[in-house]
Amino acid sequence: MNAVATTQGRVAFDWRRAARRHGWTVGVFVLLLVLVLYWRSSTNLPWGTFDVQSLAIDALPLAFVAMGQGIVIISGGIDLSVGSMMSLVNVLAAKYMVTSLGDATVGSSATAGSFGRAVGVSLLLLAFGFLAGAMTGFIIHVSKIADIIVTLAMLFVWAGAALAVLEVPGGGTALRYQNLVTLDTVFTAWLPKALVILLVVYALLWLTIRRRRPGLALYAIGSNRSAAYLSGINVPQARVFAYAMSGTFAALGGLALTAASGIGDPHSGDIYTLNSVAAVVLGGVSLLGGVGGLLGVMAAAFVLTLVKTILIIKGVDQNYAQVIQGSLIVLVVMIGGLAIRQKGKSGG
Amino acid sequence: MSAVSTPRRLDVRGTVAANPAIVLTFVFIALFVATDIVNRAQSSEAFITGRQVSTTFLYAAILGLMAAGQTLVMLTGGVDLSVATTATASAFMISSFARDGTVVAILVALGVGLGIGLVNGTGVAIFRVNALIMTLGVSTVTLGALTVYSQKRFLAAAPDFVVRLGSERFLTYIPYDLLVWAPIAALIILGLRYSGFGRMIYAVGDNPVATRLAGVRNWQVLLAVYALCGLLSAAAGILLVGFNNAADLGIATPFLLPSVAAVVIGGTSIFGGVGGYAGTILGALILTLLDSLLTILDASQAVRQILYGLIVLVLAAIYARAAASD
Amino acid sequence: MNGETTLLEARGIRKTYGPVVALASANLAVGSGEVHALLGANGAGKSTLVKLLTGVTKPDEGEITFAGREIRVGSPAEAARLGLAPVFQDPALVPDLTVGQNMRLTRSSVGAVRARLREMELDVDFSERAGDVPLPMLRMVDLARALARDPRLLVLDEITAALPSDLAERVFAVMREWRDQGRSVLFITHRLAEVIATCDRATILRDGGDVATIVPREGGETAIVEHMLGPEAARAEEEAVAREETAPQRVEGDVIVDVASLGVGRVADVSFSLHGGEILGIAALEGQGQDELFAVLSGQQRADGGEIRVVGRALRARTPYDAIRQGLVLVPADRLLALLPQRPISENIAAPRYNTPTRWGPINMREERRRIGSAIDALQIDTRARRQVRRLSGGNQQKVTIARWLASGFRALLCYDPTRGIDVGTKRQVYGLLRRLADDGAAILFFSSELAEFPLVCDRVVTLFGGRITGELAGETADEAALLRAMHGLVEDAAA
Repeated sequence: MNAVATTQGRVAFDWRRAARRHGWTVGVFVLLLVLVLYWRSSTNLPWGTFDVQSLAIDALPLAFVAMGQGIVIISGGIDLSVGSMMSLVNVLAAKYMVTSLGDATVGSSATAGSFGRAVGVSLLLLAFGFLAGAMTGFIIHVSKIADIIVTLAMLFVWAGAALAVLEVPGGGTALRYQNLVTLDTVFTAWLPKALVILLVVYALLWLTIRRRRPGLALYAIGSNRSAAYLSGINVPQARVFAYAMSGTFAALGGLALTAASGIGDPHSGDIYTLNSVAAVVLGGVSLLGGVGGLLGVMAAAFVLTLVKTILIIKGVDQNYAQVIQGSLIVLVVMIGGLAIRQKGKSGG
Repeated sequence: MSAVSTPRRLDVRGTVAANPAIVLTFVFIALFVATDIVNRAQSSEAFITGRQVSTTFLYAAILGLMAAGQTLVMLTGGVDLSVATTATASAFMISSFARDGTVVAILVALGVGLGIGLVNGTGVAIFRVNALIMTLGVSTVTLGALTVYSQKRFLAAAPDFVVRLGSERFLTYIPYDLLVWAPIAALIILGLRYSGFGRMIYAVGDNPVATRLAGVRNWQVLLAVYALCGLLSAAAGILLVGFNNAADLGIATPFLLPSVAAVVIGGTSIFGGVGGYAGTILGALILTLLDSLLTILDASQAVRQILYGLIVLVLAAIYARAAASD
Repeated sequence: MNGETTLLEARGIRKTYGPVVALASANLAVGSGEVHALLGANGAGKSTLVKLLTGVTKPDEGEITFAGREIRVGSPAEAARLGLAPVFQDPALVPDLTVGQNMRLTRSSVGAVRARLREMELDVDFSERAGDVPLPMLRMVDLARALARDPRLLVLDEITAALPSDLAERVFAVMREWRDQGRSVLFITHRLAEVIATCDRATILRDGGDVATIVPREGGETAIVEHMLGPEAARAEEEAVAREETAPQRVEGDVIVDVASLGVGRVADVSFSLHGGEILGIAALEGQGQDELFAVLSGQQRADGGEIRVVGRALRARTPYDAIRQGLVLVPADRLLALLPQRPISENIAAPRYNTPTRWGPINMREERRRIGSAIDALQIDTRARRQVRRLSGGNQQKVTIARWLASGFRALLCYDPTRGIDVGTKRQVYGLLRRLADDGAAILFFSSELAEFPLVCDRVVTLFGGRITGELAGETADEAALLRAMHGLVEDAAA
């Protein structure tokens, strides 16, 4: 890490600095591991690859949208519209990946389109997510309104649009599209496709920019916007980019929902707004911006999904499960808050 | 800044920002007229009738109370996303304790609201958790707990007194719930302006570092504000169950985002330190009226949602511009 | 040395913010191969002009010529490209990124920046988080980064404010080197002594326009101040200062604050007494523990050892509230720490009155108005900007910070660099006020990063070095040389 040591005490200091920088992420992975072990031990049924598969598929939408939320929060903003964007992309996908919608009331289901069609629609929707996010960022910049308010307003707009596309759950998608995340695996049965897709996206969309100017600019504007500006960063451009990324990841989340559920539901994404913020916080990203990474966020998404799964396995009533999950989130964040406070006091 | 300055031209935007209440009153009246016109067009009936006006105020009282707590919280730079579930919890308490007497039911309902508010306040003030997350989390927990609760306990209809408060009028046109809303509103407006607590709310919202150096223990102010918000939401819930006569889990959900919207429209900054309740009252009235208008227009959920979003955007933009150029 | 050729020329610059005219018509000419100072009171337009030159904002009217070509600077990045490198008072480094990442962010070569730092005999760990690097060091990194760009014009905005003298010396050395190489430096500062010592020419702004360009060495401080304040005002100030200085010697009262063997952070063992009616100065180099000392006294931090007594009672402060209750109040250097920007002056001044739940009830408006009014009068606060305190000039803002304690009452006023970033005229008003307060019996503890202030303000000065008190001087004899010696731990025969 630091090869040039000018004073004696540097070498020992490195460990502490490493712990400070990566401690939280490591902690989340440890937590995930503990939960996995607990999960394994809590069912008497033979534990197989199917379980790992379903976990990955279950967690994929949240992992995607949480990454996008993480990027926005790192840049010093927040995006409350991600949930409805997911719903919108979900219904758009379900509507246009089929050649005819069928009629749910008479019991005839949608006629699935081809795989090629599904892929084409996906790419268009990704572009849509990017542009919609960019537009949100642009509105935030130009109108000078607080980001919470703008994204709250966009939440309404996208939710309304989703309802306009599909008033009730319906539509569908190509079977092979669904198989992108479900059956079959890559390399080994223990490595679910969903996880591979997640990691590929992570590498392509985030690792490529994280240590270069685009990524550093995001951290900069989240850390201290005026210092970033004086450093010569195009602040509006960076902000718009952050929201465009959030839109893209929300679109990915919506597509993941479509692939996993095979259907479009205008309310499918509602719960993901809160959960994405929870995953981001649990993942070690500071809500003040400028600090944190997406690896922990992804792990946190898995942790949250796993908690729900474990509760279901244990036969806990779904509503108790919600209470427990919510309380867990609150507890985690409280502890996080305490940690920040202690750090502040000791001047660390 | 310097001694040399050009004479001030009529500063429209500045006036709007400083006195949002005036502009909002105009908007409110204009909206009433618009609704009247539309209603006549649709059903040949006037809308500006005594009955309709009083109904608008009746509905608005519930939103107004929830938005009151929200105003206080947002003045300190936070936000409370649990106001709806707190109101729901209070509604449930009324229903479930109705058999034990009206007074007991009301006390329990208010107590639960206060308790939830204290939990929120503890998280935000003492554990320094971000308000958005804390209140969202508490709201999730409350909802889950209520779901379990509703399965386990018998829920009666609301007591007569509560029903009267929530849905009836006296002197033909004056809703009883105004007897709850109006004094509370007056207390809040006067309190924010003329009490030490009010000053501290603005101060902590404006610069908590400075207040600390001035000797304020910020956690006290924040805890009190969130507790008050819980109490006010509980009051809203009581009126709500009186109006509906029964409690169900979704009873208050349609009020959550409007409670934030009403505060924004009313001119309170989300960063805290600036604003007040008078604007929020008008915001609540305007939103309630807007809802009626949309119902008359038979607007679909989709259209309502989109329109809602655009309105919040436009109004917030006007305030932001005014504040920036100030 | 007057530059034969003009490097930068700004003509007829005008900038307004809504109805407020920040610059009416300002002209500035910086020659090549010169160190040029830009001076002026707060509100004279200095900071606006700098922002315009460095691309932070754009002028409404006027033109800027650089190296013979007319330029339009759209952003700080563009300014840098043109050869105008600014170094602002708040280092343009993002706190959560490492120093190295900050360099990468601004496309600065790490090697070049390191080389510049080495030239100044400094070294910084580039993998350290920028926010963890002490502020003076960060400023030097910012300076090194600007130098690495090899600019023709270096713009230094208040860089020496709160810099310890050893680092400030290095900055001056750099400035001289730049000038000797035929390049130029535009030096914005409030410290007139530095201007006279280092600058070739100085342009003084007043009320949005330039009023004079002089050679500092010839006119001296008097000329500069006269231009800054305007001839009548300057004379009035001089007379006022003269009157203060001939005032009868103050009677020293009882011990208000007694510090015994205090230990906290870099403070190892410090003991002193603060009496009523006196202004006691604490002089120290950067990082000698003076900030921790003040933090403990004002209740922001807890001491590790030792004891503090206020009028005989032990100080047990866990929060600022406890300290304030015992009468120890703080006037910080950074106004952002003390003010409520969006609230009016009255609320700012009244704030401490309601700092505990027992005072949350209805406000006695008449009483409040009375107290606030007398505080405003005592401090001569300009109340034209009624609605929000952030509209006030820096000097007025600092007055509000002091006013709040006048209105609420105190036993000892802890002033930590209270005149930082304030123009000369207001500084003098603050000195006068502090001396008046002391005359009325108040106990004042005073720290400043500007050594010249100590003899003007203090009755006694103690120096802090190595965590201990190394010397005590009487106010009048506390000149810069004597202070510097004691501050560096070179104990002299400092007979009062």
